[in-house]
Amino acid sequence: METFIIIISGILFTIAVYLILNKNFLRIILGVTLFSHATHLMLMAINGLKKGNAPLLSEHGEIYTDPIPQALILTSIVISFALTALLLVLGYRTYIELGTDNMKKLKGESHE
Amino acid sequence: MSTLHLAILLPFVFVIIIPLLYKYTTAIHTGWIALIVPVVLFVYFASYFSIYDAIEPITVSVPWIPSIDIHFTLYLDSLSLLFALLITGIGSLVVLYSIFYLSKDRERLHLFYAYLMLFMGAMLGSVLSDNLLVLYTFWELTSVSSFLLIAYWYQRQRSRYGAQKAMYITMTGGFSMLLGFIILYVASGTFSIREIIAMGDTVSTHYLFIPAMFFILLGAFTKSAQFPFHIWLPDAMEAPTPISAYLHSATMVKAGVYLVARMTPIFGAQLEWSWTIIIVGIVTLFWGSFNALKQYDLKALLAYSTISQLGLIMSLLGVGSMGMNVKFENESLVFMGAFLAAIFHLINHSVFKGSLFMMVGILDHETGTRDIRKLGGIMHLMPISFTLTMIGAFSMAGLPPFSGFISKEMFFTSMLTLSENNSSWVNIIPIVAWVASIFTFIYCMIIIFKSFSGTYHANLLERVPHEAPVGMLASPATLSILAIALFLFPGLVVTSILEPTVKGMAPNVFAKHPDWHAHITAWHGLNLELFMTIGLIIIGILLFLSIEKWKTPIFSLISKRYNLNQVYDKGMINLEKFGSKVTRSYMTGSTTHYLTYIFCFLIITVLGSLLITNSFYLDMSNDSPIEWYEFVLGIATVAAAIFVLFSKSRLMSIMGIGVIGFTVSLFFVIFRAPDLALTQLVVETISTTLFLLCFYFLPKLKTSITSLKFKLTNAIIALGVGTTLTLIGLSAYGHRIFVPIAGYFNNSYQLAGAKNIVNSILVDFRAFDTMLEIVVLFSAGIGIYTLIKLRHAGRND
Repeated sequence: METFIIIISGILFTIAVYLILNKNFLRIILGVTLFSHATHLMLMAINGLKKGNAPLLSEHGEIYTDPIPQALILTSIVISFALTALLLVLGYRTYIELGTDNMKKLKGESHE
Repeated sequence: MSTLHLAILLPFVFVIIIPLLYKYTTAIHTGWIALIVPVVLFVYFASYFSIYDAIEPITVSVPWIPSIDIHFTLYLDSLSLLFALLITGIGSLVVLYSIFYLSKDRERLHLFYAYLMLFMGAMLGSVLSDNLLVLYTFWELTSVSSFLLIAYWYQRQRSRYGAQKAMYITMTGGFSMLLGFIILYVASGTFSIREIIAMGDTVSTHYLFIPAMFFILLGAFTKSAQFPFHIWLPDAMEAPTPISAYLHSATMVKAGVYLVARMTPIFGAQLEWSWTIIIVGIVTLFWGSFNALKQYDLKALLAYSTISQLGLIMSLLGVGSMGMNVKFENESLVFMGAFLAAIFHLINHSVFKGSLFMMVGILDHETGTRDIRKLGGIMHLMPISFTLTMIGAFSMAGLPPFSGFISKEMFFTSMLTLSENNSSWVNIIPIVAWVASIFTFIYCMIIIFKSFSGTYHANLLERVPHEAPVGMLASPATLSILAIALFLFPGLVVTSILEPTVKGMAPNVFAKHPDWHAHITAWHGLNLELFMTIGLIIIGILLFLSIEKWKTPIFSLISKRYNLNQVYDKGMINLEKFGSKVTRSYMTGSTTHYLTYIFCFLIITVLGSLLITNSFYLDMSNDSPIEWYEFVLGIATVAAAIFVLFSKSRLMSIMGIGVIGFTVSLFFVIFRAPDLALTQLVVETISTTLFLLCFYFLPKLKTSITSLKFKLTNAIIALGVGTTLTLIGLSAYGHRIFVPIAGYFNNSYQLAGAKNIVNSILVDFRAFDTMLEIVVLFSAGIGIYTLIKLRHAGRND
């Protein structure tokens, strides 16, 4: 299971990087989102999966899954959500102001 | 704080005072205020001087940065005293001269004298410092003040060019010198020159000793305008003439000579040191005197003659240091004559070159030109100027009864000594030196006769020439008298300066010969040197008379091919071109390119280090079993991702990302992470809504996006990043080195009163993370609000 999830997240990473290297702003944002999903999955998988009950003490049984990665990922989800939202609005404003969402056209003027 | 420290600080104090006084004393020329400094200092330094005795070396020290062994230590011995006397003495004369040379109404005199005082203080500091880093500080200050003075008339393009060139070259040398000093510090553990000399044997065994030597020599050569770094000096002639007289003939260009003389006790015993200095010096001597013939501008001619004379002094220092080598132990005293000649010629050169520059300034001032093609026939109009110029030029040519004659004879002696004690190819050196002396003789004749005798072209001159004011002539007259006095009474400087300096430069030689005494006389008998002089005078006169016949063809041939200025100019242009080319090649302004660099760096460093350390690890034995629905879920995730990749519709690709988000939250359910699943579900819903909201309010946005073109490089990079991260994941999963600390948090009920472990970690055990995460969310909210709300702020359109 763990190997499977790691490979899946590897595939997601590959696709995310390919999207980020694209010139369309929306695809870049989607790539960033995908990248964080892949990271979360991998973080979970590295610690081992399904090794016990959900980390709630009322559950019967002595063995729980590791709660630390869960706490980390929870924090990460919120932060990447904030990032995605900001990026999205930034892209939206860029499009309104400059009329394009093509990164090549957003290069700016070469000085000198 | 001793009087010696105060003496060095005095010019710096005047740097501040002069501009202040300039404002309030409009009636008198600012130069009279500035004149106080060099005169006071000259009297102060002269009080140490006695004709019959060498001065006892004085050391005074004030801590500056004691924690790293930097003390403002001053060391006054005869070599420093000589330089201090030259700096302040010629400084006084130059300031006096400039009072009559520079107009009170037209020039910004406060700047001129402030820069000049800055230079004087820096130069005094350089020659008196014992601490290498303090020496370096003052050394760079001389470069900076020289830069300011060359560009004094900054409205002129040539001045700015000359100043920039001088700064580039001398600063490069300065940095190299600093490098050499640091090596010396590493080798010896001290910055004090005297302490380094004292531990000479241990220092010279350090493996970087020879590189340090060359680094320091580079500093000395650039400062003293040695070949091929001499090119800045002729361009520095754009400075006002008093500056050329002071900086570029008598003082600053001798800083390199000072440095070589100062470092001789450390490096002198190395043959690399001797030969480098001799060869560079002789080449400079020859090339400088040869090029001087070509010049029509008197200042440029004097600049090349300065270069050539500095080469002469350098080569003498090199010959002298031969005597310190164990190979020449028996002849060591004979070689010491070269040191004597070097220091004596140093004095002579300062005297006659200062005078000559001032005379050229007077010519310029009185006739309006410095071009020898326009000058001529003004001998009877300016008789005193003619006499003074003649004294200076004859002294430079090495004719009796002027001091230059003695030092040139000693120079010939030293060069003959060198060739006698070495293999036969060295014979070429005295010959080259002799030929260079012929050139020297010719250009000295050019200075005198092309500008003062011949036909008088009244129509070419801007003004009607007449004798210069007494104040202007006073300084060169003083120097001319000195040039004669040094010929008649060389004993004035022998016991007080020359002998102790030479003994200080080669302490190990004189430890064996304590009874040695320096001896200089005007008449030294009928010998080879005298015949060399007679020969050069005869050939020189013949060549001078026929100069029109051979000058143009020779120089038109040579100057086209061997022009170091062109090398410098082209080098600078190409350097700029190369720099901008390199920068443009990677700073394209394209985000994709920058991301490519970052990802490539990640792949190369991470994958590379994994490969090198062979850290790959695959262990599937601990894997938990996969159920079929989990498998399907994984496939669905990948399928959704691929769908996003190829989707042309904005809406559909957002949906695709939404699908991935929901499958991830399903995975969290499977992974026994209820809180995560919950959050992921909510966040994914909100994100997707946000995405969609964006489109709702964005009618202008086309619903479709251009289809993704396949790019091989991007695909390779993406695949590389994916592979790298997968391998890291697999290896990290396989290696389990420590037991997780999760067990501790199982006590969350006892410790925090919470049964949900994840939540207790978030708000109890690691609550700081949560607080800052809230801050992040808050900032993002404000950012989004401002992005949407604040439109066209500050714009009217």
